[in-house]
Amino acid sequence: MAKKTLNIVESAYRAVIEEQDDTILWLLAAMRGAGAEHTVVLRGNAVNYAVAGQGAPGLTIGGWTQTQAPRMDNDVIDLIKKHKIPVFVIEEDLAARGIERGELIPGVELLSSKMLPRHMAEYELVSHW
Amino acid sequence: MAEYLLIESRDPFESNEVGYYYNLAHGLVEAGIKVTLLLIQNAVFAARPSAQIPQLRLLVGSGVKILADDFSLQERGITKLLDGVQIAPIEIVVDHLEAGHRTLWH
Amino acid sequence: MSQKTFAVTLMDAPYESENLTTAFRILDAMARRGHNINVFAFEGASGLAFAKQAPHPNPVHGKNLAEENHPTTKDQVAALLALAVKNGGKVDWVNCGMCVDERGVGEFVTDTRRGSPADFHSFCEASDNVLVIPTK
Repeated sequence: MAKKTLNIVESAYRAVIEEQDDTILWLLAAMRGAGAEHTVVLRGNAVNYAVAGQGAPGLTIGGWTQTQAPRMDNDVIDLIKKHKIPVFVIEEDLAARGIERGELIPGVELLSSKMLPRHMAEYELVSHW
Repeated sequence: MAEYLLIESRDPFESNEVGYYYNLAHGLVEAGIKVTLLLIQNAVFAARPSAQIPQLRLLVGSGVKILADDFSLQERGITKLLDGVQIAPIEIVVDHLEAGHRTLWH
Repeated sequence: MSQKTFAVTLMDAPYESENLTTAFRILDAMARRGHNINVFAFEGASGLAFAKQAPHPNPVHGKNLAEENHPTTKDQVAALLALAVKNGGKVDWVNCGMCVDERGVGEFVTDTRRGSPADFHSFCEASDNVLVIPTK
């Protein structure tokens, strides 16, 4: 049985346009395909990944056009539904950013930052991204 | 019960998120877990006795062991530390990993 | 202390972040103690072992090539591998293949190899402990 790993993801919108993915969420999904057991906690600015309806159109630079612009909300939905990776979002970080619960994609679970230390204890490995 | 080494590489002048990490250290200790906080790179800017970082001062004496990387301190000419912060060599990270402590980098 | 196996993941590109200075210091300390080290280098870190890095002189400081002796991360990687072997350990340094491709850094220091996230998963499963060094 793979080690149960909690991944606290704080980094947000770093190179997502060029990579057409958040590289951490992508990595975790790829590792899941190899048999890893991951759970994600989105905190800090990364809580914004759970906001539904986001996504800029693809870049156009001169004659070059991006055809696969990323949609972080869809990627989080895929993590939950397709890759069976539970995703928690830190409530206080949503509130600090003025994000209402009704704006979130379905399937994310809310977690208070006060509960994070105890939540970490449930996992064999904890990584901070 | 798991023990933690929390490595903080950022300084609170640059990033608000450092406060979260100090709070995480405190929260783990309150949950009965042993925690060491290692300040490295620009995070050592918070460790001068004259630095205006009340959150770090509160962490001192809270049960979190606070260390500052010797190389990072030398690189920045920091020779005096806030009471309660100790200098440590980088080998301390390997000590914690060898002991099986959960080691997180921020 | 008995020999341990550690998994370490790196993300930062060479010459962009102090994270790598610290990372190499930690890796060096691990290798000196004879531990096995499994490194998964992805994103910018997939270029750390790029064999075509070249040092340069420093005209601002008036130093020629030899005098400047500019560090290259490929030399640090090679030195790390040698240090581990000297102390009875081994480094398995994996450069994430897709990251290598998109950066065009597909020529590596000898004894490092191309890999994938499946390698990082295997490393985590096989290791005594894991250190993730994220980028900002």
